[in-house]
Amino acid sequence: MINIKVKKQLHGANGAMNLDVNLEIQEGEFIALSGQSGSGKTTLLRIIAGLEDAKGSLKIGDDVWMDATTNLSVQKRKIGFVFQDYALFANMSVIDNLLYVSKDKELAKHLLDITDLSALQNRLPDTLSGGQQQRVSLCRALMNRPKLLLMDEPLSALDPQMRTKLQDEILTLHREFGTTTIMVSHDPSEIYRLSQRVIVLEQGKVVNDGSPKDVLLKTKGSQKFSFNGELLEIIKIDVIFIAIIAIGQQLVEVVVTQEEARSLQVGDQVCVSTKAFNPTIVH
Amino acid sequence: MIETLQSMEFTPFLLSFKLAAITTLILFVISLPLAWYLSQTRSKIKPFLEAITALPIVLPPSVLGFYILIALSQNSPLGAFFEEHFGVSLVFSFTGLVIASCFYSLPFMVQPLQSGFETINKNMLEASYIAGKSKFETLLKVALPNIKPALLSAIIITFAHTVGEFGVVLMVGGSIPGETKVASVAIYEMVEIMDYTMAHIYSAMMVAMSFVVLLSVYIFNHKQSHKLAGFYK
Repeated sequence: MINIKVKKQLHGANGAMNLDVNLEIQEGEFIALSGQSGSGKTTLLRIIAGLEDAKGSLKIGDDVWMDATTNLSVQKRKIGFVFQDYALFANMSVIDNLLYVSKDKELAKHLLDITDLSALQNRLPDTLSGGQQQRVSLCRALMNRPKLLLMDEPLSALDPQMRTKLQDEILTLHREFGTTTIMVSHDPSEIYRLSQRVIVLEQGKVVNDGSPKDVLLKTKGSQKFSFNGELLEIIKIDVIFIAIIAIGQQLVEVVVTQEEARSLQVGDQVCVSTKAFNPTIVH
Repeated sequence: MIETLQSMEFTPFLLSFKLAAITTLILFVISLPLAWYLSQTRSKIKPFLEAITALPIVLPPSVLGFYILIALSQNSPLGAFFEEHFGVSLVFSFTGLVIASCFYSLPFMVQPLQSGFETINKNMLEASYIAGKSKFETLLKVALPNIKPALLSAIIITFAHTVGEFGVVLMVGGSIPGETKVASVAIYEMVEIMDYTMAHIYSAMMVAMSFVVLLSVYIFNHKQSHKLAGFYK
């Protein structure tokens, strides 16, 4: 059981804000931390890691990392951390990046095998692609067999295909090591695939906490198809109005009434929903 | 011409290089923690430390030399202490020159190292702390190897700058042959006694050597940045 009680005053882009988070996490759980930028996600991760000070307490199983009297240094917490920009040691080869954390050669070899990096083990990080670098970073984070793995938007700098591949690897590694994981992510499909629980932060407070299905599926009543998008344009064709809406990477056309067309403005964030009687699913 | 060359004294050059080598070594050891601290700290005293470090750049060498002379003389506690316990006089001696040079060249070691450290990705250093490594180990194994061009610049520029110093050396060391008469002082004396032939030879040698040293630094740095750029092709 991991117990997180953190309080800290932040001075972000939107003025002062109180980070006040109270969480209980089961061992082995995979948690997605979501919320708008500036909501305190990264700061929370950094506080848990020991990279920033805060008030409150952190209990990991029987170990106390932080309370009124103790504050374990980042070096002693034994966590794994994956940065968005990989942050590999540029002067060390792939294998040395792993061995720098711990001299456990067998574990290093095993991790590189799982992530298909064995052939690249003597290369310098700068010679690898973004996806490969992030895989190295993931392996490096697991080298000290952490009790807690923290990932700060690990896949957001990668293209969609590479993301999917890395999501698979994160899943494989999570199954194999069972490391309790907290991952900051904005991507709903990523959250859905990887996590068992989503925590949404807003202005430093937890505003939603539940299974990905409950948190992410924004359906109302019997409306089973529901998508958030941005209104790009309203076109008048004869007597009807057609709204062009961008949903994720996809553009869709929706017929709207004259009243609706009047009430909408280009650039609005809208929700498109419909009943899902017999949609066709094609591969 | 050949006779002139044969009769040439190389001691001032050797002295200059010996002084520069020792100064660079001492400054490297002192500046490393200082530059590292300055690059990492968010403390309010940082601007003060930076200003003090940069002082030797703007102060006239005579001012610096004057204060060092006062501080090291036998009338000062420091000078008296060295005289009493080690039997060395700090002024008009090679030891005094080394101390003076360390003050004079300090910014040339600290500043390139500091800006080198500041360019390192903070996450990379944090990744090292997360891996359980101390600040000192991080400095040696992660920070230093990743600022090689800055490191080389700092060492070479400090060395070259110490070889080229004149005012402070003259004030603190005087011109004792074989002890404190370095190349720049020797040239000054030759001009004074109107021995222009020797002054020409000495000066030309200084120009040539300085140019070669600087050229090699720039070639190395050019190759390094080229190598880095090559990775992204």
